[in-house]
Amino acid sequence: MIRINCPYCGERDHSEFNYGGDATIKYPSLNSSEREWTEAIFFRKNIKGFQLETWHHSHGCRMWLVVERSTVTHEIKSVKPCHPDFQKVVENNK
Amino acid sequence: MTKFNAWNVIKNGLNGQSYWTRQWRDPEPKSSYDVVIIGGGLHGLATAYYLAKNHNIKNVAVLEKGWIGGGNAGRNTTIVRSNYMMPGNHEFYEHSLKLWENLSHELNYNVMFSQRAHVSLFHSPGAKDSVSRIYNIMRLHGTDAELWDLKTLKKKIPHLNYHNSRFPILGAAVQKRAGNARHDSVAWGYARAADTLGVDILQNCEVTGFTRKNGNIESIQTSRGIIKGKKIGFAVAGNTSVLWQMAELGNLPIESHKLQAFVSEAVKPLLDQVVVYGVGGAHFYISQSDKGSMVFGGDLDWYKSYAQRGNLPMVQDVAEAAMAIFPSLGRIRLLRHWAGVMDMTMDGSFFICKTPISNLYLNAGWNYGGFKASPASGWYFADLIANESPHNYVQNHNLERFEKGINIDERGAGPDPKLHG
Ligand SMILES: Cc1cc2nc3c(=O)[nH]c(=O)nc-3n(C[C@H](O)[C@H](O)[C@H](O)COP(=O)(O)OP(=O)(O)OC[C@H]3O[C@@H](n4cnc5c(N)ncnc54)[C@H](O)[C@@H]3O)c2cc1C
Ligand SMILES: [Zn+2]
Repeated sequence: MIRINCPYCGERDHSEFNYGGDATIKYPSLNSSEREWTEAIFFRKNIKGFQLETWHHSHGCRMWLVVERSTVTHEIKSVKPCHPDFQKVVENNK
Repeated sequence: MTKFNAWNVIKNGLNGQSYWTRQWRDPEPKSSYDVVIIGGGLHGLATAYYLAKNHNIKNVAVLEKGWIGGGNAGRNTTIVRSNYMMPGNHEFYEHSLKLWENLSHELNYNVMFSQRAHVSLFHSPGAKDSVSRIYNIMRLHGTDAELWDLKTLKKKIPHLNYHNSRFPILGAAVQKRAGNARHDSVAWGYARAADTLGVDILQNCEVTGFTRKNGNIESIQTSRGIIKGKKIGFAVAGNTSVLWQMAELGNLPIESHKLQAFVSEAVKPLLDQVVVYGVGGAHFYISQSDKGSMVFGGDLDWYKSYAQRGNLPMVQDVAEAAMAIFPSLGRIRLLRHWAGVMDMTMDGSFFICKTPISNLYLNAGWNYGGFKASPASGWYFADLIANESPHNYVQNHNLERFEKGINIDERGAGPDPKLHG
């Protein structure tokens, strides 16, 4: 079991969460080229090692989180809320 | 290499089995080859075999970082079927099934292909309609496909749980020519047959880098020295992105996920078919090996991973699915479970295609289903490498299909690799 330290709920089993995907994807502007949209939607780095990824605490607070995790050892380095404003709130409450 | 036939079996039986030669050589790498295939799984080995057999290209090497068949080739649940409906996929997998039907003879190696029928249960009128559509498409293409009503199913497999009130079994979609084979035999059979035709199989030979010249890959750095290849093919399944980035080619429509498989202690004959159960998010498939073990599996572990080991939530999911459909398994003990790294794609279909590097060819994106694909994958990848242009069946199985909007998405699940089973 992977244990994810949810900033809102505390450390929980990963079975409480749903894996989202690559957290570094940025959608291009609406008038960008076909090529740029294809890259954003379909093409991935598929990192072997530490990557930033999203998880949804679907059986908990239902917040989306950014997790830095190794795709080889599954070790987790950090867990933060996805939204930058929530990140600030969590930081300020520490 | 000694052929397997009745005469040699009798001769060796009388001579203490002393006349058998080794199955394939263990050569030192040559400095250059006409074609170098990276990855000694089923697809790499089959490609080398068909390059030599169909195209007379025999100066070929297969580079494998570990031992052949130690990747997904040796980790899968060995289901072989051709129940696909999308153009290209359908013809490809049906050709693969036809190759399976003669594979033991072709390779002079018993791959223990057993056409025991693939039985997909359905549990609602909607599921019946949807599977009928697919199986009708198969019939229109001349592939065998049929629906079993409840009465037939109960006669064929009496010990399923027919009393599940949440997901009652209504019948099954069946492909009778589908079944199982022995995975190691397929790897060894292709290796032996390819070696006989002159292919060098180089084990413990890990590719660590590429040297580029004039846009081509000039040479390959490996743990056994530098090897040159006029043409180079990738067939490394779950590790495709790693090699792709080694060649500085950027991103791919692939994510690596892990899939587990499970084997129980051996029991007396219990199940004659491959049975598949998929409802409400659960996914479960089971068959019985020739040794008597129940071999089964379910979904991915649901998070991206390059680890060849599984996590516990999926063990529980799979055990629950097993009990829901097959309560008599309740007292059986699990012997082993393991995981393999799957090259999951954005639409669930594979790639046999050219790449931005003109002497590099790509074979990847097999999702859960690359075992059954092995013969055709080798066939059409060899064809692409030899003839420089893709056969009709695989003409859209390339990296450009996403930009063109011609995704080959059997499930209609959309661009999320983990959703394509
Ligand atoms: C648990 C599980 C169950 C499955 N069940 C089924 C099923 O029932 N039916 C079905 O059709 N399919 C199934 N599959 C899928 C199937 O096993 C794969 O799609 C298929 O085996 C992939 O092709 P391969 O055999 O060539 O891959 P692999 O055997 O993984 O071969 C790739 C090889 O490349 C080598 N390699 C990687 N990097 C390097 C490098 N840098 N240098 C040199 N060599 C390298 C690896 O060591 C490996 O041996 C299953 C897979 C798993 C894991
Ligand atoms: Zn939470």
